Amino acid sequence: MAIDKTCELFECGHRACGGCGAALAGRLFLKAAGTETIVVSSTGCMEVFSTPYPETAWKVPWIHSLFENASAVASGIESALKVQGRKENVVVIAGDGATLDIGVLCISGAFERGHDITYICYDNEAYMNTGIQRSGATPYDASTTTSPAGRVSMGNKRPKKDMPRILAAHGSPYVATASIAYPADFMQKVEKAINTPGPTYVQVHAPCCTGWGFDGSKTLAIGKLAIETGLWVNYEMVDGEVTKVKKVVRKPVEEYLKEQKRFRHLFKPALATGEIAKIQAIADGNAEKYGIDIKLPPKKDVEPV
Amino acid sequence: MALEIMEGSIAVAQAVRRCRPQVVSAYPITPQTHIVEALAEIVANGELAADYITVESEFSALSACVGAVAAGSRAYSATTSQGLALMFEVCFNMAGMRLPLVMTIANRALGAPLSIWNDQQDSISLRDAGWLQLYAEDNQEAVDLHYIGYKVAEDHRVLLPAMVCFDGFILSHTYEPVNMLSQEEVDAFLPPFVPKYRLDAASPVSMGMYATPDYYLEFRYETDQAQKRALEVLREVGKEFGERFGRDYSELVESYQMEDAETALVAMGSICGTTKDAIDEMRTEGKKVGLVRLRSFRPFPSEDLKAALAGVTRVAVLDKNITLGAGGATARGAVALEVRDALYGSTIPVLDYIIGLGGRDVRIEDIKKVVALCEAGEGDRFYGLRTEVL
Ligand SMILES: Cc1ncc(C[n+]2csc(CCOP(=O)(O)OP(=O)(O)O)c2C)c(N)n1
Ligand SMILES: [Mg+2]
Repeated sequence: MAIDKTCELFECGHRACGGCGAALAGRLFLKAAGTETIVVSSTGCMEVFSTPYPETAWKVPWIHSLFENASAVASGIESALKVQGRKENVVVIAGDGATLDIGVLCISGAFERGHDITYICYDNEAYMNTGIQRSGATPYDASTTTSPAGRVSMGNKRPKKDMPRILAAHGSPYVATASIAYPADFMQKVEKAINTPGPTYVQVHAPCCTGWGFDGSKTLAIGKLAIETGLWVNYEMVDGEVTKVKKVVRKPVEEYLKEQKRFRHLFKPALATGEIAKIQAIADGNAEKYGIDIKLPPKKDVEPV
Repeated sequence: MALEIMEGSIAVAQAVRRCRPQVVSAYPITPQTHIVEALAEIVANGELAADYITVESEFSALSACVGAVAAGSRAYSATTSQGLALMFEVCFNMAGMRLPLVMTIANRALGAPLSIWNDQQDSISLRDAGWLQLYAEDNQEAVDLHYIGYKVAEDHRVLLPAMVCFDGFILSHTYEPVNMLSQEEVDAFLPPFVPKYRLDAASPVSMGMYATPDYYLEFRYETDQAQKRALEVLREVGKEFGERFGRDYSELVESYQMEDAETALVAMGSICGTTKDAIDEMRTEGKKVGLVRLRSFRPFPSEDLKAALAGVTRVAVLDKNITLGAGGATARGAVALEVRDALYGSTIPVLDYIIGLGGRDVRIEDIKKVVALCEAGEGDRFYGLRTEVL
């Protein structure tokens, strides 16, 4: 069934920051999921900004229980629907902290048991709701309130945890990464995930203007730069094999880093050439692993006329 | 009335089957294991049309129940001790969302030190979570409280989850004669779950929203009101059960030999059986002793208890739990605190005995010694401590 792009199930008037990437993820995934959907949220920005009692932004049935148990709650819903003979989609929308860190036990259990659920992680690369603390999805060298850059620190010490592969290793039939900067691609992936029986996973990159330190008008541009530098890769995995990758003509990572306050310490007071080289190596590694580089034909030297 | 000799856990599992939960979600832990194993077998044999979710933890077990009940299905879980502790966060959440459930607790001590044996510290420690807490004296009562538990929990005047507590090993692993109702009898007493709200694409609702200080207080008030209404609904449903099946559960406190009692014991659970035997012996010795047994700890039937204790000279509370650090220089369990609260303003002395923790056996002689201590005005202490710690 084609996605009805006019369908709006995420009501305006919610309390997200202007330019919030997660709010866009919420609106887009619902367009793809449609009205026959039950949504489970984890504690975090999206839950808080969308449901200040007695108001709600959700025009589909929605439940939030705790920070770390959305996949277990979804398991119970799916199980109940099955016994009742009902057919609604069960979709989790949860932050990177809820997904990569505190909720891993529940997700692992739900995926191993094979529930027919779709799990969407909106990845804004930190615990934003509680004030920009690092998570397992925070990128290397990003300064957060618990991984601050300082005289003897360059920010977050570890690269992002590879959650998609962890879930692919659970035998998930469909795992994909996406970005809110590419809405059509994201919605198609959500639709595909929902239509694939069994536990499926989509991790969508959702830039956070407040947490990353950029102007709210630039959310899509920042999302695009992440892809264009190779620091975020959009791909699909079917039965554990990478089947589709977004290719790019890669830009140097500085172009992405310099736009965000969380990486400011790499440029001021002095250019941290060594650290930037390490981040470039992460992008190069991604490029090689997923084969994202578009090889341009070598430029001919043309005499100026 | 046909009686079968059954292990407590098996009887409970058979009662749960007759309650027809659509989703069973539990994680094994001693001494609850026989219940969940028996239910797995029941489902595997097609004797219960339920989805049995083999979760990876108690935390997910109860979280899955949250989802199942929110989607409109009757669900079931069972746990104890460490498993219940792991559910702590979900317990508060489930009651706050007003999702009804019955969860069996095969009461067991909490570590450290690790102990698999009985006391009631586990469920007592969730006193303020908003769940109903019912305590069975024997396996017949444990079985019947499951039917009653669902009916009360799902009543729209209540809509709260319920723990049906029975003492680990002492009841769960003991063979006793039990009358099992037929499926038809249970069906007539316990109709299918009719949720007040459920997750349904046909009429969307939001559940578990966040509340600012403008609203939170009112949610806690509403939940407390539901507990208060549960007092009456428990009496009503317990009475109906008695009228149908001959076992009356309308009293939330049960009085035994209380007519002329001077010393009243107050207790919950299987210790009450031993206590009744001890009372019978003491009565032949001319001692005016009685027992007031609490069937419901949440909601707490303060007025009923006060009435039951009116006119006694002294009260001895047997607490199979301890609220560590309470009571100044003396020791206090949670039940004694409630009893004192219920008797506030009266001059009846209430003395507490922390007894039987971690499976320490409590015998008839022990109950008699407690009564002697109480008569001597000595209490608010651990009973039966090894002398080397003194
Ligand atoms: C058990 C528990 N621990 C900690 C918290 C506090 N907490 C609430 S939301 C949150 C971070 C959420 O991060 P994420 O999942 O990435 O979502 P975001 O806010 O970034 O959208 C934390 C730490 C909590 N609610 N529950
Ligand atoms: Mg986050």
